[in-house]
Amino acid sequence: MRPIATSRTSAGMATGQLAVWWVVASEIVIFGGLLAAYIEYRMSHVEWAGYAAHTNVWAGGFNTFVLLTSSLAAVLAHQAAESGNGRKAAKLLGLTIVGALVFLTVKAFEWTAEIQAGYTISSNGFWAFYYTAAGIHAAHVIAGAIIMGFVARDALAGRELHRVELIGIYWHFVDIVWIFLFPLLYIAK
Amino acid sequence: MSEQAGHTSYVKIWAILLVLLGVSIAGPTLEIQVVTVITAFGIALVKAYMVAKHFMHLNVQPRYVAYVICTCLTLMVVFWAGTAVDIYKQEGTNWAKLDVPAQSSTTH
Repeated sequence: MRPIATSRTSAGMATGQLAVWWVVASEIVIFGGLLAAYIEYRMSHVEWAGYAAHTNVWAGGFNTFVLLTSSLAAVLAHQAAESGNGRKAAKLLGLTIVGALVFLTVKAFEWTAEIQAGYTISSNGFWAFYYTAAGIHAAHVIAGAIIMGFVARDALAGRELHRVELIGIYWHFVDIVWIFLFPLLYIAK
Repeated sequence: MSEQAGHTSYVKIWAILLVLLGVSIAGPTLEIQVVTVITAFGIALVKAYMVAKHFMHLNVQPRYVAYVICTCLTLMVVFWAGTAVDIYKQEGTNWAKLDVPAQSSTTH
């Protein structure tokens, strides 16, 4: 029996796709609220510019490059899935997972250096926002990579290829969140 | 669109995104506030739009998807506007902020 997410359409699209868009919509409020609060505090605390100067622009920039590239792999995987090429889709999803792992590795090195330098989540408001926002985002990267692993396994066997697009939508959203986190936490000094 | 043509166009979008990333890093090094705001945050908006349109294919989804997304963004602005007064103003009608000890203000 095929799942409802595949076999039934709702409001003009497959139920599974509709569900992913609802997830994205709710995530906008979560991340949006967090970033809006950060911007408010940042504008009323000029000294935060000094704290932001301790973040590593090159690490953040490299991670932006990694996420943009993993998004390219995800959209190419979707394209391959649409043409029925599950094996190619699985390979490209594998590349996207590698991107996620590279991103997390860079983040781990970054956080280690910052914590060793004495900048912890309880240091001040800036670092509290920094670790909270980047941490929630990293949790989304981990969740996306795990889900992508299951989707890639099915795609390799030629099953449930529609899921490649669904995880892609989620992954691109995670990319967009980082696109805003990068200038807020790393560039504005 | 053939698979090869679609492939090429996605790679082009990716290349443009990387160029924009370079500009967003280089711009703030000039240390001019207006340039920083435009290159860092203006370009972030452009990059987000490009990813949403070309990678998430938001432009070919049913129109209500964009409406739902816009509604959520609007709600976010409402939340922000609703709390902004407390951050930016020191006093208002029938209320005023109490003086905060210097030690706790530096922890923010």
